[in-house]
Parts: sequence; C-alpha cells; structure tokens
Amino acid sequence: MSLVPDNLFYTATHEWVKIDGDTAICGITDFAQKELSDIVYVDITEIGKELKPGDRFGTIEAVKTVSDLYIPISGEIIEVNEILKTAPETINQDPYGKGWIIKIKIKDKEELKSLMTASDYKKHIGE
Amino acid sequence: MKFTPHNEEEKKKMLEKIGITSIDELFSHIPPTIRLKELLSLPPGATEVEVVKLLNEVKKKNKTTDDFISFLGAGAYDHAIPTVISHITSRSEYYTAYTPYQAEVSQGTLQTIFEYQSLICALFNMDISNASMYDGAQSLAEACLMAVAIKKKNKILACSSINPLYLRVIETYIEGTDIELKILPTPEGKIDLDLLKKTIDTSFASVVVQHPNLFGLLEPVKEIEQIAHNADALFVVSVDPISLGILSPPGDYNADIAVGEGQSLGIPLSFGGPYLGIFTCKKDFVRFIPGRLVGKTVDLDGNPAYVLTLQTREQHIKRERATSNICTNEALCALAATIYLSLLGKEGLKEVATQSLIKAHYLLERIEQETNFRRAFSGPFFKEFTLKGKDIKKLLTALRRKGILGGVPLGRFNRNWQDLLLIAVTEKRTKEELDLLVDCLKELPTLGSS
Repeated sequence: MSLVPDNLFYTATHEWVKIDGDTAICGITDFAQKELSDIVYVDITEIGKELKPGDRFGTIEAVKTVSDLYIPISGEIIEVNEILKTAPETINQDPYGKGWIIKIKIKDKEELKSLMTASDYKKHIGE
Repeated sequence: MKFTPHNEEEKKKMLEKIGITSIDELFSHIPPTIRLKELLSLPPGATEVEVVKLLNEVKKKNKTTDDFISFLGAGAYDHAIPTVISHITSRSEYYTAYTPYQAEVSQGTLQTIFEYQSLICALFNMDISNASMYDGAQSLAEACLMAVAIKKKNKILACSSINPLYLRVIETYIEGTDIELKILPTPEGKIDLDLLKKTIDTSFASVVVQHPNLFGLLEPVKEIEQIAHNADALFVVSVDPISLGILSPPGDYNADIAVGEGQSLGIPLSFGGPYLGIFTCKKDFVRFIPGRLVGKTVDLDGNPAYVLTLQTREQHIKRERATSNICTNEALCALAATIYLSLLGKEGLKEVATQSLIKAHYLLERIEQETNFRRAFSGPFFKEFTLKGKDIKKLLTALRRKGILGGVPLGRFNRNWQDLLLIAVTEKRTKEELDLLVDCLKELPTLGSS
C-alpha cells in the first residue's frame, strides 16, 4: 500500500503538488519512488523557464532506469531542492517531505482543479 | 565460461516438450517460396591439410611490415610490440571473454578494464577514461557529439590539420542532425591563431584540434584552449598516446575532452583494425561520457569489487536520450594497451617517444642537408613530418622497389596536397634503415622540390 496524503494534488504521471500561497511544491509519489527503487540522480533541466502542464522539466535516475518528470501546472521553476544533489535517496526515504523536488511560481490557480485528488490518485494506481 | 553444446538426447527431450519432432518444424511458418530448397553451391569440404595449404598460398600474396621498411603513419604506426602481450591476451579467459554485464562472473575482465582506465587517466592527466571506443576516429566523432550535448549548441569548429579520415567520420556521425561542422583551413600546416580568433564566436560548442596534427606538427594548444574557453566553447583534442611520453598531457592544458588512437600501444597494424579508441574527459562531464565505465566498489562483505557503472547514461536505459549509441568497447585491444603501458612504464614510454623523436629529426636533417627534398611546413614536430615533392607516386614506386614504404601520400585525401608526402619514424627504425632512405632520395634529385 502506498502513502497518498489527502492534503495534496496528484497527476497521472505520479507527481504530487502542495500549495503554499503563490508557490506550488512538487515531487514524486510514494508509489513512484517504490516503482523506481533506489534513486541515484535527479537532473532538473528547465529552471527559470515558463512551462505549461505536461512539459518535461527533468529526469530522475534509478539504478536501472531513467524516468521523465512532468510539470503538473503552468509556471516557472523558482527553486530546486539542493539536498538531492548529494542525497537523491531522500526521495525514496521521504517523498512528500524532505524529498520535495521543485518549487513553482503558480501562474493560474484554476489549473489546480484539473489535478487529481488523493482518492482519484488512489484509484489511478489501483489501490 | 565454457561452451557446452546439446547432445542428441537433450535435443530430443526439448523437441518433445514443445510438441514437435524436428528442428525444421520451427521454420514451418516461413513461406515455401523463400525457403532454401537445395544446397548452396559450395565446393566439397576440404581436409585440414588442404585448408592449411590453401590459406598459406593466400597468405603469401600479402606483404607486411616484416617485408618492408615502413615509414607509414597518419594514425597507425609501426611501433615495437613486446611479444609478451600476445601471450597474455591469447589466454582463453581474456580472448573469448564476453561483455562483463554479470559482474559476479566477470571480476577479472572488469578489473583489467579498470586498470586500463586508470592508466589512461594517469597518462592523459584527465579525470575520467571510459572502457574504450572503436578507434581514434570514432572517439573524436563522439567527443564532438558530447560537446554539443553539454553546451546545447550545434556548431563544431575543427581544422584541416586533423586527419581527414577522422573528419569524414565526424561528418558521418552528424549526418541527418542539425549539427554543423566548420573546418578552419590550415595553409601553414597548423592552426593560425588570428584566423581562429576571427572565426570563433559563442555559437560553437567546441573547438577541435589534433596534437601532434596530421602533418606531424605541434599545434599551439595553450593558446587555442584560451580562445576556445573565452568563446564559451569546449576544448576537444585528439592526441598520440606515445607523444605523451614527452609532451605535456591534455589535462595540463585544460582540455575538456581528450581522445586518441591507442594502436601504438601494443596493437598490431593488421589491415586497419581492430584499433583502440581512447576517450577521456573532465569529471564535470561524467554523465555525458559515452561508452562503458568500470567502477570500483565493495561487495556485501566489504571486499573490493568491480562493476559496469553509471549505466543509465547508456542507450539500453536512456534510449533515445542517450548521448551515444555505442554499447561495446575494444576490450581485448584495451587489454593489450594496459599490458604495454605496464611493461614499459613511465621510463619505457619516454624512451619510445624520445627515440621516435630523435630518429625522425635525424632523418629530416639528413634529407634537407643531402637531398633535394624539403619540408612543406615549418615548426616543431614529434615523429612525423611532411615533405614536398614533384611526383610523389613515382617516388613511392621507386622506394617500394628498394623495399621501403616511403610514407602516406597526402594527395589521397586532398587534391591540393598532391605534392605532399607524410613520413613517420618510430623507435623501430634503425640508423641503417634511415640512411638507406636518405640514399634512395639522393638518387632521385629530379623528384625533389628544391
């Protein structure tokens, strides 16, 4: 069973979003980190650019696979979690807390309506 | 690992298990119109004695560097190869070993590759070496692709003093992409720094240079590095590993990616291959380096162990976003180079380089003082130099009759170089052989350029 906190929003591509005023904090779900297994590297490639939902903003590397990261809402990436440079495994240990990946400046709060709720996401991953 | 073929009983059991009676039935879905109905028209089988006789007759048609005094160069050289190397490489554990994907059964292979990587890093004074590429040409082409991926710019600035075959391979690799290759002309035989400064701008991902270059000359690498980095371009250099016995290695002049042809490190000339692509770079670029990397780690009990590492760079994981599609290396050639470097050591390599240098300079000095032949370009050189002549073809034919392979006619690569002959001298050439070449050139005064 994966952890799916109720106070967050989710995407079909297993990213979560937490709203903090005008900023959105984003990471990958417990389900995703379990599937990937040991994460060894996170590469954020689109810092400072205006992105729209579904744009790829980087990749996450596990020992045997590389997965794309998709931005859940429009906006500009204003901060990247520095811990991940030296301790990428933080995402495995604490995917919703210390393992956050990016902070986005929200462009349009209306877009949050098209994200999944915790129960939508639970259905999506079949749990 | 040993090869254990199936016997007839095992085959029968397997066929029964899947419900058929013969192996032919496995091909029953292939349309009869394209199936082979008769035997291929090959001659009847021959006995071992007959085959050996036939192969010996074919072999006699070949001439090797044992039959000629060779002054051939341009990327492949007649350097001395210690006999011990083939004794070690022909051990079945090395000779027939497969790719070390399964670390548990490949520690020997992995360790030798790790040693190879370590020696190359020491020799080149670079942070990282991969497990090798196909050859010097392919290494240089991949270095260009890597620079483009790192800088996210799609222009490469190379020069015509790079081996033209290497430039052709770069062109092959960029075909179909939007990468542009610009080639700086080098009418003086080496890079003109003013022309480089005028031509470069910040749209280039890299400046690419060969050192020593095609004509044997040293390029002004320290100045080129400054110009490249000032224009926010990476500095890519292709070097002769033997030259590193005397010349400053690429790490000393801040090269970003340094590659080279490792054939001179104990690998036979054969007929153009297999050779050894050396590939090194700064550690900042570790996630962009192509090819295999062997890493050292510890096992569950804390003992040292070796593995293929950072495999997520590679095509089988990163797929279309990998910076390269190479998924092999030249393990046996890398092993030969490792043994060569271990046997010779620093002093030995310095000796090979020094002898090559001294003999090449002795030869040129005598040629210029006693014959009608002159250098095409001025400047310091290592083990190769370029002569100018009136009929290079005729000259080479005359030399061949005397048992000498006089050098590489550069007209083969470029119509403007019909009058140029590239001569390489290695430590293998004796004073008698050098004097013989001088005597032959003395007898052909009308073919000289002075």
